[in-house]
Amino acid sequence: MQQQFDASKLGMWLFLATEILLFGVLFVGFGLSQGRWPEEFKQAHHHLDRVLGAFNTVVLLFSSFTMVMAVNSASRSKRKATINYLIVTILCAIAFLVVKYFEYSHKIHEGLLPGQYFTYLASTDPMAKGNSVFFGFYFMMTGLHGFHIFAGVVVLCLLLKETIKGKYNAAYYTPVDLVGLYWHIVDLIWIYLFPLLYLIG
Amino acid sequence: MQATHHDSHHHQHHGEHAHHPHDGFKQYLAVLGALLVLTMITVGASYLDFGAANIVIAVLIATVKASLVALFFMHLKDDNPVNAMILVSCFLFLGLLLTFCLLDIDTRVDESPTGKTPISAQGPPSLGREQTSTDAAPKPRPGWIDTHGGGGHGDGSSAAPAPAGQPQHAPAH
Amino acid sequence: MADILTSPHAGADVHHGKEIDYIEAKKGIWSWMSTVDHKRLGLMYFWAVVANFIVGGIFALLVRITLLTGNHGDNYFINAETYNRFFTLHGIVMVFLVIIPSVPAALGNFVLPLMLGAKDVAFPRMNLASFWIYIVGWTMAITAICLGMVDTGWTFYTPYSSTTNGPVSLMALAAFTLGFSSIFTGINFIATVHKLRAPGMGWFDMPLFVWSIYSTSLIQVLATPVVGITLVLLTIERAWGIGVFDASKGGDPVLFQHFFWFYSHPAVYIMILPGMAIISEIIPTFSAKTMFGYKAVAYSSVAIALIGFLVWGHHMFPSGQSQLASLVFSFLTFLVAIPSGIKVFNWLATMWRGNIAMDTPMVWAVSFLLLFTIGGLTGIFLGSLSTDIHLHDTYFVVAHFHYVMMGGTITAFLGGVHYWWPKMFGRMYNEGPAKIAAYLYFIGFNVLFLSQFVMGSNGMPRRYYNYLPEFQPWHIASTVGSWIIAAGLFLALGNLLASLRKPKDAPDNPWKGTTLEWQTQSPPIEHNFHDQPVLHRAPYDYRTPVSVDREIH
Repeated sequence: MQQQFDASKLGMWLFLATEILLFGVLFVGFGLSQGRWPEEFKQAHHHLDRVLGAFNTVVLLFSSFTMVMAVNSASRSKRKATINYLIVTILCAIAFLVVKYFEYSHKIHEGLLPGQYFTYLASTDPMAKGNSVFFGFYFMMTGLHGFHIFAGVVVLCLLLKETIKGKYNAAYYTPVDLVGLYWHIVDLIWIYLFPLLYLIG
Repeated sequence: MQATHHDSHHHQHHGEHAHHPHDGFKQYLAVLGALLVLTMITVGASYLDFGAANIVIAVLIATVKASLVALFFMHLKDDNPVNAMILVSCFLFLGLLLTFCLLDIDTRVDESPTGKTPISAQGPPSLGREQTSTDAAPKPRPGWIDTHGGGGHGDGSSAAPAPAGQPQHAPAH
Repeated sequence: MADILTSPHAGADVHHGKEIDYIEAKKGIWSWMSTVDHKRLGLMYFWAVVANFIVGGIFALLVRITLLTGNHGDNYFINAETYNRFFTLHGIVMVFLVIIPSVPAALGNFVLPLMLGAKDVAFPRMNLASFWIYIVGWTMAITAICLGMVDTGWTFYTPYSSTTNGPVSLMALAAFTLGFSSIFTGINFIATVHKLRAPGMGWFDMPLFVWSIYSTSLIQVLATPVVGITLVLLTIERAWGIGVFDASKGGDPVLFQHFFWFYSHPAVYIMILPGMAIISEIIPTFSAKTMFGYKAVAYSSVAIALIGFLVWGHHMFPSGQSQLASLVFSFLTFLVAIPSGIKVFNWLATMWRGNIAMDTPMVWAVSFLLLFTIGGLTGIFLGSLSTDIHLHDTYFVVAHFHYVMMGGTITAFLGGVHYWWPKMFGRMYNEGPAKIAAYLYFIGFNVLFLSQFVMGSNGMPRRYYNYLPEFQPWHIASTVGSWIIAAGLFLALGNLLASLRKPKDAPDNPWKGTTLEWQTQSPPIEHNFHDQPVLHRAPYDYRTPVSVDREIH
């Protein structure tokens, strides 16, 4: 049993490694482009609302806390507490997505979609290209991250269902633990995304 | 939130056994607090202008936060070291990718007949951004290739398939 | 067997006779489609790989037939555009659908748990998922082919790939999906090696096959996500033109090459390391000798995997990459020669004064040694900055990587198939035709690709539809070589298939191997071993005489 648990954890960590590298490439691309268009990136990042970004950061950090408490409760066979913590985590994730939705629609409205859709600046404007590249990375990175949050919500809901059924207890709570690891990695990626996109640009 | 009281009780009973599944709440709460404080600091620092240091500060703080999450929330502190190695090696490999890409981009030289000046001193062609820039002297910039990568083929690869249909001449030796 | 295994019922096993094996354990197509048995999944991968190999091979033959003449009239039956598609599809099918899954997913799935004395891989259900993801990716790729083909080359270089017509996005997403399948297999194998080794089996008691597959899995996990997201970026670039790789929108096309090769150079080692894995099994077995320098070979696998990450820029010497970067990459490239050389010398030292039996798998293994050495040494020409500028994108490169990929991995794969065929299907094939096939393949291979070295060093560029008359004799030789190879492969396949019509006659250990997969019956029972095997000695220990009394016949 313990061996199974260890193997699953190792497998999950390897999967998380692929997730980090998946995002990592975008970070590297972002960093290199930032080196090329420093002024433009600085200008572009002022379009991002750092209050909303900070709010989302707090929401995600808090959800990480409730998630770890859900794992903790499951490992002590506290079904009720696990359920409560999971529900709070899901609500946080949804709140995050809602805020993200408003941010996105605002940007789309302003014409900040990248590439051929970039209408905020005239294409003759010398700053236009760099701004457009910034938003190319912004939408790719936050979009991919948002997708992971969404996937997390789905998985958390399934986990909640099984928890309500009473599937997990101190002897067996591997799925809770693994989903917890996933959720923390999504949080960890946001920890880097937030300052780089919203604060530094 | 009844569980919370329970947790703190257990915490006191079991003291420092962080890996023990019984305690946790207080420790996790403390970690959350630290994370929130660090978030405030990083937001605050971004209002101040340290120049290029801003990005270093931001990444450092983010790394501290990420370490807290990994060590405590993801239990790496007490886990099999292999898992921690996996996480660290991810960052090492990303560092590798970034380093080599920078090595290329920051040292590119224009090989065209117009001169052997570093591209970084010319700025990207056809942009005209330097004129509008407030800097008197153009800042050295990494030399990105702004042409279509016509010559850019790797071995085991080739960008555009051969322009078919015309007789090709063997390259001069 | 007593000195290898102890199990409470060791003596009793001998009296079992053949038990119901994994193939016959369950009946019906659904029992195959939903199986979590690593052996059955290995077989399914195997047949998928064989089918794809035939498809990719047909494209290769068509490419060679096109090149019989360099002066096609307007009405030649294959026009230039079709030709571009043929070599692209040949590349994509062979790389993503054949070579990458060939050894790890097909043979590795079958053999790895057996070698470790495990009942199955660590995550059997994920293994099944991985197979079906592979099938989904395969379907996408085939759909893309049917929809009008792709002409970007297997490398999908921007900006051509982001502007050309054709279902490039679908093909890129197919490669992304296949990458997922490969990641899951990698995760599974790493966890299996870490957690499911038989009692008594330390890291340095593992067969070298396992070491190599383990290194391969490390690369799969660490590199595949990079190309995955890169191909997604390419797809998004095509769909919405976000401009990350488009210079006219502020992006950088060379960045694509960096990201692509960060995966795809290590992917070359994803392809060759499993080939080396098989050779490290065949050579000690057929030399009846302990592996020379076991630890060096084991470490060299890991070293190849790691150094493989430091050299990707040697694909980009003429791309506009900076000279300093090229210099560094060129230097680092030479480092790969060290662990590769260690392997080759250790294989040779293992054969030296061994009791060599030239059975079919050994013929393939020796072919591998010759072909891989040529492939490896010509790699040095390409890794050297100055010579590469001359040889870049010529037939020299084509010949080089075919010597490594086909002469290396495919040769080893075929050797492995002949080596484990009795274990997989419980039948011995006919030695005579099998050997003739191996010799035909070897001769055809050299006729096909040695001539390409000559053409390449004389400046014949790769991927061209037309060429100057002076190259024609070499092109004709090359095309004839492709027919000889085809004949050899056809014979090998026919011979193997013919054996399936026979009753199951294979002994448990036909080659007197010392690794654990030979200690169970052929084909194995559903749960691999009757009792948990316990390891008492190092692998390839031929000094202790092996008792092979478990052979039924």
